[in-house]
Order: sequence, then structure tokens, then C-alpha cells
Amino acid sequence: MTPHETNRATQYTLYHPRWYRTRVSTYWWLRKWCYLKFVLRELSSVFVAYFVVITLLQIHSLSRGPEAYARFERLMHNPLVIALSAISLLFVLFHTITWFNLAPRAIVVRLGGMRIPDILIAGSNYVAWLMISAAVAWFILR
Amino acid sequence: MAANASKKPLEPFVWTLFSAGGVVAALLMPVHIFLFGLAFPLGWLPDLSHGRALALIEHPLEKIYLFVLCSLPLFHWAHRFRYTLYDGLQIKHLNEVITVFCYGGAIIGTALATYLLWSIP
Repeated sequence: MTPHETNRATQYTLYHPRWYRTRVSTYWWLRKWCYLKFVLRELSSVFVAYFVVITLLQIHSLSRGPEAYARFERLMHNPLVIALSAISLLFVLFHTITWFNLAPRAIVVRLGGMRIPDILIAGSNYVAWLMISAAVAWFILR
Repeated sequence: MAANASKKPLEPFVWTLFSAGGVVAALLMPVHIFLFGLAFPLGWLPDLSHGRALALIEHPLEKIYLFVLCSLPLFHWAHRFRYTLYDGLQIKHLNEVITVFCYGGAIIGTALATYLLWSIP
């Protein structure tokens, strides 16, 4: 049957025909380590968003004066918030590593007919990461 | 594929924001979370005083840094979170609601960051 015929056929049935489809469990990503890794990688974005919200709170409290900023700092000193920060850091590091390791598949650079090896492309990302991190830390702590 | 692309004209644009946000999150987030989430609160480094933090944020470079840090990673989150709910938990019947929640959240966050940074002299 062509798709068109299928459509026409369904117009004359009261109930939609039940085509066979294998059901995929909601927890399919728990079955294999590589699936779980994929979902953990995707979930790292939740922690990225969480820390953006923290940063927005920080900017807001800064603009409201020293008392509001002290309140923000007390919030960050809360053991629960520190634990969340530590978990966020682990997830974000996981994001950074998986992101850089994927970069050679997205960026294919050829020089004089030779493809630049993956390790050089991933490596340059790691070097840029270290340099930018050092620059940010220097700027904030100087 | 062509029909699919014409039905979703925003998809390439949204994907570009996702990937730019992924780069920013990968490069800037670890050091930022390390400093403000762990190093300052745990006393590994002396806390920034309000005056020092304010002087820092008044610097145009810091404003650009914070704007980039807040806006693009939110679009990165929106894209990934949307597809995690779609493929991971297979919440397909709420697709429209989830899309509006995710990208709407990213747009609101970006607007908020712009407003907050703008209101600081």
C-alpha cells in the first residue's frame, strides 16, 4: 500500500488501525553505559543553566548594594549550595571534555591535501581552554 | 529533507546558538564555577569584597564576559534539554510546551542579563 492509499483507507475506519511498533522503554538509556553517558552529557546543560541563574543572582545582588551582596555570599557558603556547585563543576567538566573530543569530527581541516590529525584539533581546544581559564582567573583575582 | 527544512526555518539558527553556547560553556564555565562556586565559598581564596566585585563588573570587558557567559549557554541548555525530554523521557505530546519553555527561558534569561548589566554604570 502506498502512503496515500493508507490515508484513504483510514478515512473509512472508525478506529485508527493499530500498526505494530516496538515499544521503547522510557528508561532505555539505563541499559548501556554509552547510552547513559549520552544522557549524562545532555543533562550537563541543566547544571550550566543552574550556574547562569546563580550568576544572574550575583549580578543582581551586586547592583543592590553591600548588604544584598553579603546575602548572596552567605547563600553560596551554604553546604547544600557548595555541594550543588561541586556537582555542577563535575558535569561541566564532563561537557568540556566530551565537547572538545567531538570537535575533530565537526572541524575537518586540510592542509596541503593532508587532513590535520584529530589529536591536534582536540589538543588545540584544550590549550585554548587552559589559556582562557588562566586569563579569566587572572582578570578576576588581579 | 528539503521539505523538513522548509517547515522548520528556525532550526539552523537555533542549532548555531546551541553550538556557540556549547563552546562558551566548555571554555568559560569550569573556571567560573570553580572560582565562584568552590574557591571563594570554601575559603581557598579570600572573598571578593563588594567594592572590589563592583569595580570588576563596571569594567566593560567583564560586562561582555558576563553577557556572553549568561546568554549563549542558556540557548545551549534550551536545545539539549528540549531533546533530552523528547528522546530521553519520550515526552512527545508536550513538544510545543517544552519548546516554548526552553527557548522562552533562554530569551528571558538573555533579556535579564542585558537589563542587569545595563543598569550597572
